[in-house]
Amino acid sequence: MGVIKRIIGPVVTAEKMQGARMFDVVKVGEEGLIGEVIKLSGEEAILQVYEDTSGLQPGKKVENTALPLSVELGPGLLTSIYDGIQRPLEIIRAQHGTFIARGAKTDALDRKKKWEFKATAKAGDVVEGGNILGEVQETELIQHRVMVPPDVHGKIASISSGKFSLEETIAVIEDQGKKTRVSLLQKWPVRKPRPYKARLMPDTPLATGMRIIDTFFPVSKGGTACIPGPFGSGKTVCQQSLAKWSDAQIVVYVGCGERGNEMTEVLTEFPELQDPRSKKPLMQRTILIANTSNMPVAAREASIYTGITIAEYYRDMGYDVALMADSTSRWAEAMREISGRLEEMPGEEGYPPYLARRLAEFYERAGRVECLGGKQKNGSVTIIGAVSPPGGDISEPVSQNTLRVTKVFWALDAKLAQRRHFPAINWLKSYSLYLDLLEPTYLNTLSAEWVDLRTNAMAMLQKESELQQIVQLVGTDALPEKEQAILDAARMLREDFLQQSAYDEIDAYVSLQKQYLMLKTIMKFHEKAVHALELGAQLKSIVEMPVRAQIARMKEIREEDADKKVNAILSEIENAFGKLARSVGPL
Amino acid sequence: MAIKEYQTVTDVAGPLVFVDRVEAIGYNELVEVILPNGERRKGQVLDTAKGRAVVQIFGSTTGVDTQHTRVRFLGETMRISVSDEMLGRVFNGLGEPRDNGPTIIADEKIDIIGSSINPTARRKPEDFIQTGISTIDVMNTLVRGQKLPIFSGAGMPHNDVAVQIARQAKVLKGTDKFAVVFAAIGITHEEAAFFMRDFEMTGALERAVLFLNLADDPSVERLITPRMALTTAEYLAYEKDMHILVILTDMTNYCESLREIAGAREEVPGRRGYPGYMYTDLASIYERAGIVKGKKGSITQLSILSMPGGDITHPIPDLTGYITEGQIVLNNDLHRKGIFPPIDVLPSLSRLMNLGIGGEKTREDHRGVADQLYAAYATGRDLRSLSAVVGEEALTENDRKYLKFADAFENRFVRQGKHENREIHQSLDLGWELLSGLPETELKRIKKDYIAKYGKRFRKE
Repeated sequence: MGVIKRIIGPVVTAEKMQGARMFDVVKVGEEGLIGEVIKLSGEEAILQVYEDTSGLQPGKKVENTALPLSVELGPGLLTSIYDGIQRPLEIIRAQHGTFIARGAKTDALDRKKKWEFKATAKAGDVVEGGNILGEVQETELIQHRVMVPPDVHGKIASISSGKFSLEETIAVIEDQGKKTRVSLLQKWPVRKPRPYKARLMPDTPLATGMRIIDTFFPVSKGGTACIPGPFGSGKTVCQQSLAKWSDAQIVVYVGCGERGNEMTEVLTEFPELQDPRSKKPLMQRTILIANTSNMPVAAREASIYTGITIAEYYRDMGYDVALMADSTSRWAEAMREISGRLEEMPGEEGYPPYLARRLAEFYERAGRVECLGGKQKNGSVTIIGAVSPPGGDISEPVSQNTLRVTKVFWALDAKLAQRRHFPAINWLKSYSLYLDLLEPTYLNTLSAEWVDLRTNAMAMLQKESELQQIVQLVGTDALPEKEQAILDAARMLREDFLQQSAYDEIDAYVSLQKQYLMLKTIMKFHEKAVHALELGAQLKSIVEMPVRAQIARMKEIREEDADKKVNAILSEIENAFGKLARSVGPL
Repeated sequence: MAIKEYQTVTDVAGPLVFVDRVEAIGYNELVEVILPNGERRKGQVLDTAKGRAVVQIFGSTTGVDTQHTRVRFLGETMRISVSDEMLGRVFNGLGEPRDNGPTIIADEKIDIIGSSINPTARRKPEDFIQTGISTIDVMNTLVRGQKLPIFSGAGMPHNDVAVQIARQAKVLKGTDKFAVVFAAIGITHEEAAFFMRDFEMTGALERAVLFLNLADDPSVERLITPRMALTTAEYLAYEKDMHILVILTDMTNYCESLREIAGAREEVPGRRGYPGYMYTDLASIYERAGIVKGKKGSITQLSILSMPGGDITHPIPDLTGYITEGQIVLNNDLHRKGIFPPIDVLPSLSRLMNLGIGGEKTREDHRGVADQLYAAYATGRDLRSLSAVVGEEALTENDRKYLKFADAFENRFVRQGKHENREIHQSLDLGWELLSGLPETELKRIKKDYIAKYGKRFRKE
């Protein structure tokens, strides 16, 4: 039993802590505030405490649980909302009311609830870590696959189906006379990545329904992406759109040091919104970790690890999981704050020197893997991290260290956001390193012309920015009509394709097929326009074509009508230009 | 907890007093320092270790010595006595009466640090607040429970904007109890007098609680003043079912005090000398806004901060913008053109806007009109700088329409009188009227039906 020696904010020094190990969880003071050992020196331990330390006094006790900070894994995780150290906020509210009380102690998962367990393995089977013992229907959408814990192997001595609460034994596994009881509840330390058998190439796209992402800067299932941007550029709206519409099977949303009202928005919206594929409420595949900006800073540091560990657990069942972390900058700042209180030697901008390593370790927990356990079982964790660089300047350490380890960069641009061009992802600065890897998938499922279409469209946007510089000097009218036509088409691309409303019922989620049709239509129009200009037509007559209004309204076409209606627009374009060509007459 | 008294001050540095040979002093505990001449000052424990505590004094340390000064640890954290009799009263930055009135007989004594609201206890803010200012109502809608700061700068009329909002703010449906909690943080006597005068004139003073820490009051007190105000606001909102508008001005002074203390404690400084935990600290103030389940009242926060050098990337506005739900930005160019309120809509934003607008709340075309005004004004502004280089003649006819739109937008939509209170429908129609100067094909942000329903009558075709 240790004794408190000194308290400064969330950092507490305790003495007489013989036997304490790094990252052991401790209970501090009379109220038993939860903390973690982050530094040892002789018999003294320095603790970071996950709750407000006001009123805590030197001389009070510190109890060491001798266990690392762990999360509880089992059925009941989905649809839950937890704080940074996996305390269920709904239950805490039921017990303590509107404000979060200190020292609240509650199990992360309901111990009393009975789950219907259907055994799929049978007694006598030889199993190893990761093998599936049976299933629990966790929500209407998701089957919870109960696995043999990673470090257990042997022969199943007994297993039974039926209704079980979390701690009851569902199976006994015997290995050389040593019996291990397996229940629905398992634990795993958050700072230790869960094991897998092998890493796989992330070669399947994560369909997000956002045109600029799917078409130009796609992310793979099992990939990593970062969204840096100044405040007001739409990071959170992007993250939420991805959480809503991406085709991951499980979504873990970590609100790390962000706004309380935003979490409320997620909490009230997700149960109402339908997954576009299964037509079930989105909440059924979602787990929320909410450590808002005014909640204790040390728990903010832990929240990222809590989230990723839960994500890995579902990955191990063979699911595609997406983890949204909003925002990793707050996480880094929490590290900086703790490091500052420890009086560690600061690195760049006051961040601790181990910032780069921590960021890399976190993003490396993403990936598409072959899971542990016999049969071919693949799962993935995709990490999408928001970064909030001070003043929007990404030369700062968190952005730079993140860019080094992530493969996709969605550059949010304040200028675009100000003119309400959303998503405000700058197409000239962003990149995706998965394009080549994903190309075969796109070519097979969409169309052989897909890659050309995309390349041409991007080239056009690039050309537009070059032309804009000339326009700044001489005005639009001084450009040759052919170049004006490029400006015109690029504008269509920006306004009618890249711009997408996250709040519009139809436009919020667009299938790849419809994206392809839309892009094709715009590029077709431009191709025809260039041709008509060569024949001697006036740009004015092209700009004033009534079919352009229809192109601009393609966003309003429903998915199910997309094929028919967009093709109608395509033939309308043919007609209009045919007519134009006739009026111009043969050369 | 017991009161403990010591006469063991060893060091005094800036606002900090170091006390030795103490026992079991709580972190953040309230302290009373008794000077040799009998004067009493309040303080708070910043660092506590076995045998030693560091106390931060509210007020100056003038007259504190190491021999005779007595330090009393009060065994509790900082609290404020609250009651609904506080309405109509003026307090100093530490919550003591400043208006020669009687002391408050407390219904309750509440810890001013406050716990964080459980995110699951929050209700979605969705009640539209009409401020009567077009640029806010149409383009950066304020909703109940939101925290929306005004980013301003030296020489700009942010105070006028704030009082106009306080005066005109109303919810379209229902008549609820409404009150203002005003916290002056390091502003001048003159500025404080301006607010008092306006509150008095409009009769708002009776339903207002004022906390004044003025420029010549102790700067350390500034760390306490907003928390006093917010604790009072929480009491009135959640216990007395009132809808509270909290005005905090000026948050820049708060941050300066934070830096001062951090410097005195010899902490490792973060950006521009501000402490690394400024984000967390600011969040503990700004996040105390919202509506919670099971309570009738609400807290809406309107904080004013002046951007040093008009720089929006300065740590103070930057960290604020990351916590608050949007920002209203005032622009010196507009101000110089004589436009009031000089709200620059482009960098302004209300994140909760979507929750408060639309069919039943304002009007179904609201979102589209707002987006279209934004897009058109942004284009117009770009073209303005372009036409300065190449001349208006080099622009296309369409471009010239955008130029005209931008001018009309500033002169008719942004500009309004200090006492002009526009209904939301009026503001939206004004938007349509201005948009009628653009060809209909350019209105890509608005649904076709709405153009026919609301926009047609303003078009002269």
